[in-house]
Amino acid sequence: MQTHRAKRVEIIIELPMERRLTDALTAAGVTGFTVLPVLGGSGRSGRWSREGQVSAAVGMVAVICIVRPDKVDGLLEAAFRVLEKHIGVVSVSDCDVLRAERF
Amino acid sequence: MQDLMASGMASLLSPMVLSFALGLVAALARSSLSFPDAVAKGMSLYLLFAIGFKGGVSVSTHGLEGTLIGSIIGGVLLSFIIPFVAYGLLRSITRLSALDAAAVAGHYGSISIVTFVTAISVLVSAGITSEGYMVAVAAAMEAPAILSALWLAARSGGAGQMDGELWREVLLNGSIVLLLGAFAIGTVTGEKGMADIESFIVSPFKGVLCLFLLDMGLVAGRGLRQARGLITAPLLLFAIAMPLIGAALALPIAMMLGLSVGGVTLFMVLAASASYIAVPAAMRVALPEANPTIYLTLALGLTFPFNLTLGIPLYLAAAQFAAGG
Repeated sequence: MQTHRAKRVEIIIELPMERRLTDALTAAGVTGFTVLPVLGGSGRSGRWSREGQVSAAVGMVAVICIVRPDKVDGLLEAAFRVLEKHIGVVSVSDCDVLRAERF
Repeated sequence: MQDLMASGMASLLSPMVLSFALGLVAALARSSLSFPDAVAKGMSLYLLFAIGFKGGVSVSTHGLEGTLIGSIIGGVLLSFIIPFVAYGLLRSITRLSALDAAAVAGHYGSISIVTFVTAISVLVSAGITSEGYMVAVAAAMEAPAILSALWLAARSGGAGQMDGELWREVLLNGSIVLLLGAFAIGTVTGEKGMADIESFIVSPFKGVLCLFLLDMGLVAGRGLRQARGLITAPLLLFAIAMPLIGAALALPIAMMLGLSVGGVTLFMVLAASASYIAVPAAMRVALPEANPTIYLTLALGLTFPFNLTLGIPLYLAAAQFAAGG
């Protein structure tokens, strides 16, 4: 089956910043994204778990978007403006998609 | 004096405080006991609705008292002022950076609605009435401290940002909307409304509060476990001294306002408690460089348990002594 090269950008970000990030991505021309809950993890800010947290301040989400390779720079610049000072991880990887016109 | 001690002991040995202690001990002992997030969320929605509704019914029964506006203004002023006191104390006794101190200070100017709900329950158990509109005072005291914290952060070189979207999120956060919405429904429907839903919001209230506090104990215990290396003696001192200072600032204002013993107690509880729901979320957006582990551990892991176990009986005793109840 014919597949097409694309870029998969995964951004793990603090829950209070989710809407700001997705708004920035939309403004940068990203046509779709998926938001996933994050259960916990560990990093520079120490260990963390979603279990039993009462404040949304300590929740995190993963925002995943798949875009054409030529759109990646614009997306990352928009994301960086939102994420610059916040806890999070941004990664970019290659992937293949079936329907290129959707991205 | 003996009466005050007996009332303090009764409060300490109440099912609510013991449930919280159970959760705290279970978490510190690494028990697998936990509540599903949805259950904890459901219980908090129930408690907020019940407490807001009952406050509204009380206002509809007794009418709007002249002290309502004064209490709200007094509460807002306290919420603005307490962060400055907290910031000064933190900078003089701890080694926190100016930015972290400003973020922590903002939490102590705001309020903990769970501490407030528990205090109301303690008052009801002791047969002490309070002004129903204190629910509105609680809602009014959520946000002003954030402004003080941002001003303190800006003064120390931190670039705190408070845009329109963040204001909307703070002022229309779910807890405030539900609390004030239920308060309005209670005010409109009055005793008739209460009679209609009494079996749902009165009888099960304390049982649900016990379970919720058990969960809060688990949350506080987990937070303490994860932040063990962070808690220094000066921070511990701050977490215990600051609620006492907040309550001491509130007492003369409450007395000047002419609140009842119950009202004075609740006013002190509001000033003594620290936010761990609304303000942390706002701080993550406005002051992202401040360390969230510090302010959450202090507010939720140390000050919240202190207020729940020793603080509330102490504030009640002080209110009874001062207001002659």
